[in-house]
Amino acid sequence: MSFLARNLGRTLVQVSARGLQTSAVNQNAILSDEFLKGLSKPESRTTCTLIPGDGVGPELMYSLQEVFKAANCPVDFETFFFSEVNPTMSARLEDVTASIKKNKVCLKGILATPDFSRTGELQTLNMKLRTDLDLYANVVHVRSLPGVKSRHHDIDCVIIREQTEGEYSALEHESIPGVVECLKIITAKKSARIAKFAFDYATKNQRKKVTCVHKANIMKLGDGLFLKSCEEISKLYPRIKFEKMIVDNTTMQLVSNPNQFDVMVTPNLYGSIVDNIACGLVGGAGVVAGASYSAETCVFEPGARHTFSEAVGKNLANPTAMLLCGAKMLRHVNLQPYSDMITSAINKVLNEGRFRTKDLGGQSTTTDFTYAVIDHLK
Amino acid sequence: MSSGIREIFQIITKMFNQVSSPVVGPAITTRNFASDVRKITLIPGDGIGPEISAAVQKIFQAANVPIEWETVDVTPVRYPDGKFGIPPAAVASVNRNKVGLKGPLMTPIGKGHRSLNLQLRKEFNLYANVRPCRSLEGYKTLYDNVDVVTIRENTEGEYSGIEHEIVDGVVQSIKLITEEASLRVAEYAFQYAKDNNRKKVTAVHKANIMRMSDGLFLRCCRETAEKFPEIQFEEKYLDTVCLNMVQNPHKYDCLVMPNLYGDILSDMCAGLVGGLGLTPSGNMGLNGALFESVHGTAPDIAGKDLANPTALLLSAVMMLRHLKLNSHADKIQAACFSVIKEAKYLTGDLGGKAKCSEYTNEICQRVA
Repeated sequence: MSFLARNLGRTLVQVSARGLQTSAVNQNAILSDEFLKGLSKPESRTTCTLIPGDGVGPELMYSLQEVFKAANCPVDFETFFFSEVNPTMSARLEDVTASIKKNKVCLKGILATPDFSRTGELQTLNMKLRTDLDLYANVVHVRSLPGVKSRHHDIDCVIIREQTEGEYSALEHESIPGVVECLKIITAKKSARIAKFAFDYATKNQRKKVTCVHKANIMKLGDGLFLKSCEEISKLYPRIKFEKMIVDNTTMQLVSNPNQFDVMVTPNLYGSIVDNIACGLVGGAGVVAGASYSAETCVFEPGARHTFSEAVGKNLANPTAMLLCGAKMLRHVNLQPYSDMITSAINKVLNEGRFRTKDLGGQSTTTDFTYAVIDHLK
Repeated sequence: MSSGIREIFQIITKMFNQVSSPVVGPAITTRNFASDVRKITLIPGDGIGPEISAAVQKIFQAANVPIEWETVDVTPVRYPDGKFGIPPAAVASVNRNKVGLKGPLMTPIGKGHRSLNLQLRKEFNLYANVRPCRSLEGYKTLYDNVDVVTIRENTEGEYSGIEHEIVDGVVQSIKLITEEASLRVAEYAFQYAKDNNRKKVTAVHKANIMRMSDGLFLRCCRETAEKFPEIQFEEKYLDTVCLNMVQNPHKYDCLVMPNLYGDILSDMCAGLVGGLGLTPSGNMGLNGALFESVHGTAPDIAGKDLANPTALLLSAVMMLRHLKLNSHADKIQAACFSVIKEAKYLTGDLGGKAKCSEYTNEICQRVA
């Protein structure tokens, strides 16, 4: 049998030696092409929901889209104008959530939240979006950037924040005139979920330590429950060190010795505080990217949430945070080469220091910076 | 005849002292005091407390401050309900004198103890906590020219202590904001700014998220601001303040805020200028004012003459300002700052080698 096969093979080779050779080359070419396509250049393009946001959001998104276009990223955007301060022009919440659920990824600017709502609603649009999509984990990786002047160096910490309950539950009532009660809800289920997320993140990214930020000495039940949940989950991850720290001490340690922190896991409000302090330490709201995760979807937005509305239309804002969000998004949808290209271009521009926006002590405009990044793409 | 009467009087005084000393503490110094000498309750505290209190007393004596100390012991005593707490005599002393100075206190861990700090806060209705944070020349930190005062509502908010587990695994903590307390602290903040030549008061809030509770607080601040047209008023979100504080601390002057935010921001500001060992703190109450150092008891260096008395000394200086003894306050503060600036006699925590007593003596020489 094998003899026959070999013979047959030999005859075939003899008959069409040349033809086979070329076809083999072709096959090789097809293989490598397919290989590349499968890995980094899929024929199908990724669709991503885009919410420009308020304040300087639209300007930053324009900058991001320019860079994506220049880098030839295979990403299409589904843009929704979504805003609480401008309700008449805003897209409907259902449409936006449907789009995000369909695309699984979203890039989002910062939504302004006014102090009051015309309809007397307590929940902000941001909160609604988060609860609708169940975006429970907000991850902000704060890192010292090259070429950005700051007081501390080599900061590298990750802040993981629960963002569907806690102080942001929007349950408030006026018991009698002049006395308002605001409920902070902490549940065992959600606390354990975020704790697990934090430890999983630490494992996946080779982190060594998780710090639980709490105020259980005062809020014995609420924060106590959060702390207890974290402690329980920590026992399942013996290779990762677990630490707890009271929130006021955490802020003090952050400003005096930020290098001691690795991964931090916090309830809602403390997360916002720690995020902002940490962002301040490495150069401000304009340079740190963040992401919010649910089990299904992922929304990328800047790490410190400020609309910077005083700079609207002035072409002043620093697009770094938004571009880094874009890079993170590309990595998330498995377009690693594009992501690396954009990240290294940003790093080069920051390192050279020729184009610095005002927040980093320069005079360049958003557009200057964006084109500088585009020039460094390759 | 008159000498006989004096003798009898002395015996009576002695008897009285013996009777009262276990209650009020042994260090009552009876002196013929003039009407302008104020009596101040002194709670030395635990750990390094006694040393740093002695240092402050010494400096005050050298500066001839017209103050008489009434030292009280706050070793917890058993209350009828079985819990331990501050002895009633100590409470009575502060109630009598209306002003107190307190070193660090340690609340014993375990059941049946109530937090001594909390008890004092309740007892005197200490509604506002004031903490000026100022960069000290001579002690270099990464942040220069910090000069911020945090004023924190201290009776309600997140620390109201109302919590319950509704069903298994679901806890609600209630943050309580009342108009009365908010107006009170706002009023105090603006008055403080006015008295201390401050330009601006910033209300720190999160009314975009907690629209009703923080909204009420904000409204109270706005109302009060109208009564003080000479003081600039602004409103900032908590996250904005956090972000800006670590970038440009000089953007802010006086901050007024609810309980939790105040707790966090005051510690953060202390971190900017070098830690709790350098920041004074004062608590204003309806039934008196209590000035304290907010650092820990540092049991590891207690009794070794290594502690840094600066926080308690600066708190005492705040107290003098509260008593309108401004010239004494300025003198002592200037002496303290100049010693730190020269950096010859710094304690271990500031990177020096001096003992607590050397540092104290140096200040004494300058105020004398």
